[in-house]
Order: sequence, then C-alpha cells, then structure tokens
Amino acid sequence: MNRIEKAFHQTERKSFVPYIMAGDGGLDTLKDRLLFLEKSGATAVELGIPFSDPVADGPTIQQAGIRALKAGTTLRKTLKAISECRNEVSIPLIVMTYINPVLSFGIDAFAEAAAAAGIDGCIIPDLPIEEEHLISGALEGKAIELIRLVTITSPPERIKAIVSRGNGYIYAVTVAGITGTRSGFNPDLGAFLQKVKELSPIPVLAGFGISTPDHVRDVSKYCDGVIVGSRIIDLFEQNELDEIKKLISASIAIQA
Amino acid sequence: MTQKVYAMPDEKGHFGIYGGRYVPETLMTAVIELEEEYQRALKDPEFSRELNYLLKEYVGRETPLYFAENLTKHANGAKIYLKREDLNHTGAHKINNTIGQALLTARMGKRKVVAETGAGQHGVATATVCALLNLDCVIFMGEEDVRRQELNVFRMELLGAKVISVKSGSATLKDAVNEALRYWVANVHDTHYILGSVMGPHPFPKMVRDFQSVIGQESKAQYLEKEGKAPNAVVACIGGGSNSIGMFHPFIEDKSVKMFGVEAAGQGVETQFHAASLTKGKPGILHGAMMYLLQDEDGQVQEAHSISAGLDYPGVGPEHSHLQDIGRVSYESITDDEALDAFQLLAKTEGIIPALESAHAVAYAIKLAAGMNREEGIIVCLSGRGDKDVHSVKEKLGGRNHE
Repeated sequence: MNRIEKAFHQTERKSFVPYIMAGDGGLDTLKDRLLFLEKSGATAVELGIPFSDPVADGPTIQQAGIRALKAGTTLRKTLKAISECRNEVSIPLIVMTYINPVLSFGIDAFAEAAAAAGIDGCIIPDLPIEEEHLISGALEGKAIELIRLVTITSPPERIKAIVSRGNGYIYAVTVAGITGTRSGFNPDLGAFLQKVKELSPIPVLAGFGISTPDHVRDVSKYCDGVIVGSRIIDLFEQNELDEIKKLISASIAIQA
Repeated sequence: MTQKVYAMPDEKGHFGIYGGRYVPETLMTAVIELEEEYQRALKDPEFSRELNYLLKEYVGRETPLYFAENLTKHANGAKIYLKREDLNHTGAHKINNTIGQALLTARMGKRKVVAETGAGQHGVATATVCALLNLDCVIFMGEEDVRRQELNVFRMELLGAKVISVKSGSATLKDAVNEALRYWVANVHDTHYILGSVMGPHPFPKMVRDFQSVIGQESKAQYLEKEGKAPNAVVACIGGGSNSIGMFHPFIEDKSVKMFGVEAAGQGVETQFHAASLTKGKPGILHGAMMYLLQDEDGQVQEAHSISAGLDYPGVGPEHSHLQDIGRVSYESITDDEALDAFQLLAKTEGIIPALESAHAVAYAIKLAAGMNREEGIIVCLSGRGDKDVHSVKEKLGGRNHE
C-alpha cells in the first residue's frame, strides 16, 4: 500500500488536502508549513509549482505564483527543499504543476528527481487524458501517482474514462471556472460529486472555490473530502494560522 | 519511391510532436464539440455557401495579387507581388477566420463570443462579425497593446464589443490569451472562443489554417494566370502564424516554391528583446499546444518584444514548428528598424501603408528579391493595412521625416 492509499485508509474522517504554493514566502518556509499542516490534521498536501502562465488559476494563486517566482523558486529547487525535509513529514506530498516546467526539466529526469525527493503524486491541470501518455509511463516507472481531474463540465462517459484510469484519488473540480473563492456553488454540485463517487473505485476529493468551514462540511457530504487552495494561501499570507486550523478541523468534525 | 503527401495534423491534432490538446479538463468537452461541429460543417454545402457568400459580398474577396513594380525596381531582382489582404473589410486577413468561426458559433447554438487580440486586428474582425451575426462579444487585450492601439479599441467598442484590458504578466498578447482562456473556462456553456491564430488546442490550429488557406489558394491561381507558372517563393510574417500558414499551406506540395516565414527580431535576436520563437525558442507547451516557445531554463515563458503588437507572442503555431523541423519552410527574422524602413519604403514607392506586421515580410522580401533574377517571382502576403500603426510609427520616428 503506498502512502496515498494508506492516508485514505487510516483516516476515520473526511479528508482535507490543503494546497500551498512552493516558494511563496520563500522556500525556507516550506518545511515549517508542511509540518504545521500535518500537525493540524491535513491528510496530504498539494504543493504548487509556480508557472508564468497559470491559465487554470484565479487571482490568488496567480499572485502567489508571481511572489514565488520573484523569490527565485523553481521546480528543481522545490524538489531539493522537499527532499531535505521529507523524513520529517509523513503525510503524502503531491506536486501540482503545469506541464511546461516538467517538459523543460525533462520528463524522465523529473520522475526520477520527484521519486528521490519522496513525492507521492503529481497533478497536471493542463494535461487531459488524451495527452497524458507524455508523462504517465515515466511516472508509473517511479511509482508516482498521476492524479486526474474530472470537472462539472465532463459528460458521464468522460468521467467514466477518467476515473477508470485513476491513481491516488480523483480531483473533482466543483465549478466551471478557475481556482479561487466564490460566493456560491452550482446547484448541481451534489449530484455531480455523487455521480463521480459512484463511478470511481478510488477516493474522490472536491476542489476549487472551497473557502469556509461551512463549504468544507457541505461539500464533504458528497465525497471523500476537499482540497482548499486559494483560501489557505491567503491565510498563510496573512499569517492567520488559527484560521487554517479551523478550516481543517471543520472536516475532522464529519464522521465518514 | 512514393512521395508521402503532406497530411497534417493527425486525428488527435498533432503535427509531428507539436500541437495536441494541453488544456484544463473543463475545456475538453468544448474543444471536442467544436471539432465535431467543424467536421459536420465541412460536409455541409450550406456552410460553405454561406461562408463563401460572406467572404465575397461582405469581406470583398478575392483580394488582388498586385505586381509591385516600383518596389521590384527598388529591390532590383525578382518580381515582387503583394497579396492584398489589407484590402479586406476591417483591413487585415483576420476576418477570413472570424467569419468562419462566427458561423460555427451560431451552428453550435452559442450566442456569446470571447477573443484575444494583440494589435487589435483580430479583435476588430471578431467584433465586426459579432455585430453582423448578432453575437455578444468580449475581447481581452493587453494593457500595453490597449495603449499602442487606442484607435482599434475604440473601433471594437463602436462595433458593440466589450474590451477588457489585461494587466497581468507582460500585458500583451500572451496575457490576453491567458485571460481569454480563463474567461472561456468559466463561461464555456454558452460561449465560443474565437481564437485568432493557428495556435491553441486542436482543432484551432487546423481550423484557422483551413479558413486562412483562401489566401494561398487565390494567390496560386492568380499568379498562374499572370505569370503562367508557379512563384519561386512566398513570404509572410509570423506572430502566431495565421496569415503565413494561410499563404503556405496550399503551396506545401509544390516543392519548387520556396517558403519564408518572417519572425520579429525586435531589437535583434542576439538581444533579449525579440519575438523570434522559431529562431531562438525550444519546444514547450503553452495555451494548449506544443510548439517552439521562448522560455527560460526552468520552463517559464519569456516575454516577447516587437514593435508590432501582432507579432509580440512568445510561441508560434504548432504547424510552423513542424514545418521548421522538416525543413519545408525557412524561418527568418527582421528587426524593428528594418520593419520601420520597409513600412516607409512601401508607402513611398507604392502608395501602400502596410501594417507593421506585414512590413516585416516586405523587408525580408526586398532582401530576398535582390538575390534572385528578374525572371523569378515572389509573392508577399501583405496581411494588413497600416492605419492602426501610423500613430505609434509617428511616435517612433519623431520629427525625422520633416524637411
């Protein structure tokens, strides 16, 4: 059983996976943030790699990426920083990156370096299943899970095709839109998540637009847990660590 | 030995290793729907009838293939013909594509359109057809380009479009595409993205090429009629590469026809200030496709620089990337200063003020012609007219032309 499977098996609660931007606040804060998130009850952490043209991201993650790039963050440096603290962090670590930095790094070299750093999974938002052969073989060879996304705009037959290849967990995008906080959710969200859940042999986590403890509670009802990005980034930026704890514990309160 | 016929892209939209569909899952359904509708439209005589009607009666096709005798004398070599895409309605080749895509939008039952624009020509061409076909229209344009192309912004607004200024990144075409894609992701249920060049996810590079191929098809027939043979060379400028692929594609199998794509060298390809993706970039993935891309050693996309807003893009269409790799097209580059000289030269010798984009092609064609003999001939795609650039050229030249 790999680290991701274990994390979902051991938990008696819905999962909570925070997303942070690597290098936002400097890469030397990475270790502290990972340890803090683990201690606060995070199931796993998604670690964003900054990219110059993040088309799937809203203003918060765009700005975090700009800050990280200005601080000199690169994929290479991030993997190095992770490998230096990996033995102190036991929860799964998932890298979320657009495809071009990986292509530039070299696909095989990336798989090897990520595995050596103790990366458990990889999410690439601009790599649909039609193009995933570019990297899936290399990741498989190094036992890194390629985590796939389904969205509320994916028709049922596509959802089936995606979840049937699933590794790790399924990232269910709750909105037709980019990342970031928003006031309300699509009324079909519950039905969508239940549908994905029905079809998927692996855990289903909902993400995009989840920013309050109420969201965490409400959305988790329909699936195995949530991913929170923009709100976590804002809270770290404002140094509101207690608020982060509250968000994560909103999930703990739910019994699976 | 049998010669393999050029048939790109493959069914997944790949031109060799380039192209493809590197977009968020949210858009996959829309690009698949678009491809299916495009395939249906191609088989529907009503679609081609409507398209051809509008191209003739509304756009004013066919455009002339004009023998530029004075420019030829100046270059003192091969005959130079200008394919006058500047004479299209709205003043550039962009409308060939927007008419086609707007008709597809209506066929898909969508009533809203989003588009990006650099120089403003694609934005104007999109706003124009949206006015004609009664579609809502939102245009994203980099803040820097809004400043450079103030008049085109006003044109789009006159035509009923909403223009949104983009402040992120370099605030030019690349960033306008990012914002247009984000908008499309959020509004994909009722909105079509009219991409303006041969880039983006499949089927855009193929579809836009097909709509623009009318340039090369007409040129081929017109040149044959005037000269009784094929041209020795065709020349066109390249930003994303839509006018050039439109010119080149119908000539790809005519191996005797040399093809030259002209990138913007900005302040020089040896500096950091250029837009020469094919000359200086390496394969990468941006805006849905693999292509030659200006990027740093960590895969971050670099800002492009050109005096011409329409060439100011760090990538280049996947098909051009492939044509460079197989050696069918030679990709050259022309600096800002050379383009400015050609801009003025064409105005003085022929009474034609070209778009700064097209001036890059003219500048290269003059050099090329000078090294060829008088029996040979070159077709230059004069992709747009220069009215939009008069203001910024004036700023650039200062008072230099006054007595």
